[in-house]
Amino acid sequence: MSEFFTAFFLLVGAGFVLIGALGVVRMPDLMLRMHTTTKAGALGGGLIAVAAAFHFPETGVIVRSVAILAFVVLTAPIAAHIIGRAAYFVGVPLWEKTLKDELKERLDTKGHQLYSQKLDERADGEQTDSHGH
Amino acid sequence: MPTWVITVTYLLLCLALILGFFRLVRGPSLPDRVVALELIASITVGLIIVYAIHHGMPYFIDVALVLALTGFMAAVGFARYLERGGSRHE
Repeated sequence: MSEFFTAFFLLVGAGFVLIGALGVVRMPDLMLRMHTTTKAGALGGGLIAVAAAFHFPETGVIVRSVAILAFVVLTAPIAAHIIGRAAYFVGVPLWEKTLKDELKERLDTKGHQLYSQKLDERADGEQTDSHGH
Repeated sequence: MPTWVITVTYLLLCLALILGFFRLVRGPSLPDRVVALELIASITVGLIIVYAIHHGMPYFIDVALVLALTGFMAAVGFARYLERGGSRHE
């Protein structure tokens, strides 16, 4: 029975990783590419770690597999957030069919500040002290 | 477990590795390459685990764990470099 689970998780995990890699090639935009690697890629790697836990029924291996799974699932969103933030500040272009970019009107990319007001309204309100740094 | 399962898993992961390498070479911007590198790191973690299962050696799982840690650190480092004003065309 555990052999069946090993084979199942191996195949499904590798399939998810392949879907993630396919998305990295096919998607038109950095943010969409990150979306495929973060979700499908991380899930695939985690499922392969679960397959190892089913194949070696020892406590040490199971603990390590769960550690890999937890680590991949915890760090993939953080890494995606950091890279996406850096790429947005650097000015990587979005897809030309992007419908809405709310950060564009609220994020001061020079001072690395995110405001709740729109930037042009804020500049109208505070003529004296705009962009202190 | 039938042996073709291991073979098919190796094939799928290698195909994913080729696709990730294509995006790594192609670019067009540095964050794209960082994303491709992160994907390649997680594919390599998968390959190491499949190798450990194939040869019945559970010690290699430690290698996969360390590699997962290192890939995350590399992504954070690249992001810091980009935000501190690195060029984005390389």
